[in-house]
Amino acid sequence: MFGTSTAFPLLTVTAAVPAVGAILTAAVPAARRTAAKWLALLVSLATLVLAGIVFARFEPGGERYQLTESYAWIKDFGVRYELGVDGIGVALIALTALLVPFVILAGWHDADPLETSSKRWRPTQGFFALILMVEAMVILSFEATDVFLFYILFEAMLIPMYFLIGGFGDRAHAGSDENAAAQRSYAAVKFLLYNLVGGLIMLAAVIGLYVVAGNFSLTEIAGARANGSLEIATSTERWLFLGFFFAFAVKAPLWPLHTWLPNAMGEATAPVAVLITAVVDKVGTFAMLRFCLGLFPEASKWATPAIVVLALISIVYGALVAVGQRDIKRLVAYASISHFGFIILGIFAMTSQGQSGATLYMVNHGISTAALMLVAGFLISRRGSRLIADYGGVQKVAPVLAGTFLIGGLATLSLPGIAPFVSEFLVLVGTYARYPVAGVIATTGIVLAALYTLVLYQRTMTGPVKEEVRKLPDLRPRELAVVVPLIAVLIFLGVFPKPLTDVVNPAVRHTMSDVQQKDPQPEVEAAK
Amino acid sequence: MNPVNYLYLSALLFTIGAAGVLIRRNAIVVFMCVELMLNACNLAFVTFSRMHGNLDGQIVAFFTMVVAAAEVVVGLAIIVSVFRARHSASVDDASLMKL
Amino acid sequence: MENLIALLVGAPLLGAAVLLCGGRRLDRTGHWIGTLLAAVSFAIGLALFADMLGKGAEERALYQRLFTWIPVEGFQADIAFQLDQLSMTFVLLISGVGTLIHVYSIGYMEHDERRRRFFGYLNLFVAAMLLLVLADNYLLLYFGWEGVGLASYLLIGFWQHKPSAATAAKKAFLVNRVGDIGLSIAIMIMFTTFGTFAFGPVLEASGQASQGTLTAIGLMLLLAACGKSAQVPLQSWLGDAMEGPTPVSALIHAATMVTAGVYLIVRSADIFNAAPDAQLVVTIVGAVTLLFGAIVGCAKDDIKKALAGSTMSQIGYMILAAGLGPIGYVFAIMHLVTHGFFKAGLFLGAGSVMHGMNDEVDMRKYGGLRTYMPVTFVTFGLGYLAIIGFPGLSGFFSKDKIIEAAFAKGGAEGWILGAVTLLGAAITAYYMTRVMLMTFFGEKRWQPDADGNPPHPHESPRSMVIPMVLLAVGSVAGGAVFEFAGFVEWLEPVTGYEHGHPPIGAAAVTACTVAVMVIGVGLAYLQYGRRPVPAVAPRGSLLTRAARRDLLQDDFNHAVFVTGGTHLTRSLVYVDHSLVDGVVNGTAASVGGLSGRLRKLQNGYARSYAVSMFGGTAVLIAATLLMRAV
Repeated sequence: MFGTSTAFPLLTVTAAVPAVGAILTAAVPAARRTAAKWLALLVSLATLVLAGIVFARFEPGGERYQLTESYAWIKDFGVRYELGVDGIGVALIALTALLVPFVILAGWHDADPLETSSKRWRPTQGFFALILMVEAMVILSFEATDVFLFYILFEAMLIPMYFLIGGFGDRAHAGSDENAAAQRSYAAVKFLLYNLVGGLIMLAAVIGLYVVAGNFSLTEIAGARANGSLEIATSTERWLFLGFFFAFAVKAPLWPLHTWLPNAMGEATAPVAVLITAVVDKVGTFAMLRFCLGLFPEASKWATPAIVVLALISIVYGALVAVGQRDIKRLVAYASISHFGFIILGIFAMTSQGQSGATLYMVNHGISTAALMLVAGFLISRRGSRLIADYGGVQKVAPVLAGTFLIGGLATLSLPGIAPFVSEFLVLVGTYARYPVAGVIATTGIVLAALYTLVLYQRTMTGPVKEEVRKLPDLRPRELAVVVPLIAVLIFLGVFPKPLTDVVNPAVRHTMSDVQQKDPQPEVEAAK
Repeated sequence: MNPVNYLYLSALLFTIGAAGVLIRRNAIVVFMCVELMLNACNLAFVTFSRMHGNLDGQIVAFFTMVVAAAEVVVGLAIIVSVFRARHSASVDDASLMKL
Repeated sequence: MENLIALLVGAPLLGAAVLLCGGRRLDRTGHWIGTLLAAVSFAIGLALFADMLGKGAEERALYQRLFTWIPVEGFQADIAFQLDQLSMTFVLLISGVGTLIHVYSIGYMEHDERRRRFFGYLNLFVAAMLLLVLADNYLLLYFGWEGVGLASYLLIGFWQHKPSAATAAKKAFLVNRVGDIGLSIAIMIMFTTFGTFAFGPVLEASGQASQGTLTAIGLMLLLAACGKSAQVPLQSWLGDAMEGPTPVSALIHAATMVTAGVYLIVRSADIFNAAPDAQLVVTIVGAVTLLFGAIVGCAKDDIKKALAGSTMSQIGYMILAAGLGPIGYVFAIMHLVTHGFFKAGLFLGAGSVMHGMNDEVDMRKYGGLRTYMPVTFVTFGLGYLAIIGFPGLSGFFSKDKIIEAAFAKGGAEGWILGAVTLLGAAITAYYMTRVMLMTFFGEKRWQPDADGNPPHPHESPRSMVIPMVLLAVGSVAGGAVFEFAGFVEWLEPVTGYEHGHPPIGAAAVTACTVAVMVIGVGLAYLQYGRRPVPAVAPRGSLLTRAARRDLLQDDFNHAVFVTGGTHLTRSLVYVDHSLVDGVVNGTAASVGGLSGRLRKLQNGYARSYAVSMFGGTAVLIAATLLMRAV
């Protein structure tokens, strides 16, 4: 694996472009606000092109980790700058690169100066620079195959996220409302503290891993474990696993470590909320697949029953609490918690269908939540309220907005023909094959999803038109440019997910062999 | 004369000084008590120097005197400026050392 | 020929896409595009039907595989179609009746500014329904199954500005989702048992699976069927679904979508044949719903809700027949098709009446309409005769066969089921006669609408009348055509067929059927024909009052699921905020409190710092001395 660097460091460049773009965006003079926006958009589009090249250059039938790069970094501790992608990483890099341009476009006016603010007000540049910075770190963390490098990125991405959540609220409240500002800073601190605690515990586990294994290379440690040259005592392995898993479960988030998400998503602007749930949180579930299962297969199997139970609680609990929400964005946040339950369930069902489903779920959930949340954000920016009760009859005045909102909702409730169905069904089937009871319980999630989605739609969009929404304009061209491509991708992947499954399937095969699990075989051999 | 007596004296002076620092409110008196404690230490240094037959203690005592002189300069300046600002030389009137 | 199958689905799907994405510039032509594409689908269906008739019975099934939908290790779902005699029957029914209802809607929705969107939804429905019956595996069927659910949701809630319509749409979708749990679990069991969920392999291998597994699959499929076909206990949505425009009620909630459950059971015949316990439950559900729907139908004054109760009841017949096994499958489908004709006709007739009566739905405010709307009266009347099983009309043939098959089931079960079906036939005759008499006979009880406009009943425009006439022709002739043109032989290769022998003889069963029908009609005539109908509903007996409230099903649902669920979610929101979050916030608060106390030590007084310095030094010295002493 070492020294097989490709001639052109494609992975580094894919992550470096947004990072450099972030610095350039931040350096744009205060007055040239619009130039900064366009620069950020162009950089994110360039990243999308690069991610497309990564996707195209990746050979599904080839080595497990491809496009690898490896350089010594901190020689004394065996830390290396080591990159490589498998199918799961490729899929998630594609997701990140796909979403960020839409996040930027959707947040076009979210950081504009208010009339009251001074001429030297610069946060517009900062907002877009931070988004690009997050993108760079997330992409690099999907590429890192060195545990220490991954840890650094895992922690570092908290910094720009903290400023994005705490610094930029809904336009409706911006500046004017003291209470909103306090809420926002509470949410940002909560986000930071939760994730720091998780990260700290992971740091202990990372050091522990180094003490046991002597280096930080994922491929080397996993290889040594597989061929028996590295024995880890059962109890040590379990402690290390728990250390890693805790950090990822906070990030993902898994019940009962989830309460930061509704606050963060509720207080942040819609594009930032998308960045949290659709992009950054995926690092958590991704890391469960890659690091928990890859480094500690035995401990993963040991912990599976407990994790399956927690995932089921997340699914049902998240959905039920979503039903009871009064705030549109918090509702979407709790829905996401339910969906993360599905992803984690799929990962730990340890069947090919479950893990492929979980990986697809990460991608599909990212896109579908982005669609729903961004439309919700457009709605909120029009009326200036996040409360469901403040809306009613919107479909009459803004039919396109209502229609796209409905499609986003239908994607969230996993309607066949839209991408999330494929992944949700795979997770359910994969879970049922190994844990029938868990599979059946998880199915109740599909009814509850319909409940919270349709209740939300009914209360906001249907019925008599409320006086305050009578003047709401329909979607503008910029907003359509955000929503329509997302919906097109959702429908395309719902009917033809093969491009994704092609890259994901081999990676899942490797993970399955990591944990030495075989799919349960059918009782009756039917004639194929 | 037995040099140990000087040690007793030094301990006595130090105790008086410490008690003065803790009990008295007037900043000038507190300051004088601090000087007393410093000189008690000097006495102990010099006594030990004599008892052990080397000069290290005496050298330290000179250092202490120099530092004490410097301290007097800075300390008195602080007291005077506090007195000017607050019209009081009581240490309990100023609790500026907390956040 | 098989390459045309995808076009069956593709044409209306294209229509839906064009109409829904096309925007306002299609407002003037949209309804024609929608109707045309539905008709294209019907024409392709006819061509395939002609081709199929030309082949031998065993070679009729056609297959078309488009591409792999979900390729994952060990899990293969294809977008692939299977067109056999059973699917063909449905294709013709769906696209045929669907096209007629498109035509009808041109007139019915003429004054609605969102007519283009209505046709888009209708096309979407036709496409999804065709996908449902053409799928060659259960997962693709599930795709269509949810697709029709979506179309139904959109169409029930088409007039979204009415809160009742939006609520009804949501309710329909949710109750259907409960049923969908059944379908997903059934597919999961199939996958773990057989490693596949394509019709061919699963049904072929179903003999090898254990009895318990098959019963579980059967019951789960039944749950799905209950949701979609409005069978007890998931029937509560159908009555509310009448909030949708009447053409929707005719197409989706009478003729096609609600019969999907019957299709599912008949399609899975091999599984049910091997799971007698599941079959028994199917017949029980059918029998209960049959009576339930009929009783509800007797009490409703809203013409559409009375018809909805009737639909529920008639589908109960079909489900019951499907539960009887090979002696019933063919007749379930036959009744399904004839029901598709006469019930769609009845709904269109009801729509025509409402069209002429300022959208009034209360039958107590109708009366004496036969001379004002002669064509509607005749077509509605023919549908009426068909549904009550008037000898020679389509309902007679199909219902009589089901009653015969129920008796032929044998044993005590046979007698009970036979008696229930006969009782159902009597009640059917009763409530349909009631509808007929209250609407078209008696004196005028018309009342002005909310705006004070008195109704001016008139015959509907031609675009509405023609579909009604065509459906009436189907209602009259359908049964005889099926009876004498060999419907049984047509379906037998797919569903299997055994001739059932009722213990009392087929002729006696027929005689009984006719007799109970006459009794039902007679009773209704005594109550609603001889006496004037009160314009305000009388209080009625306990049963009547319960039946008006859908036999308290909604009250039960509300008390248990809605109220209980609301409390559950509220308390969980509280728990989430106070307990889960509270633990974390509490930890933070106690750390904060502790440091607040520690902070008090730093009072800023020089002398208290001096004390602590002295104290600290003293402790250190003492410790050092102690250490040295030890």
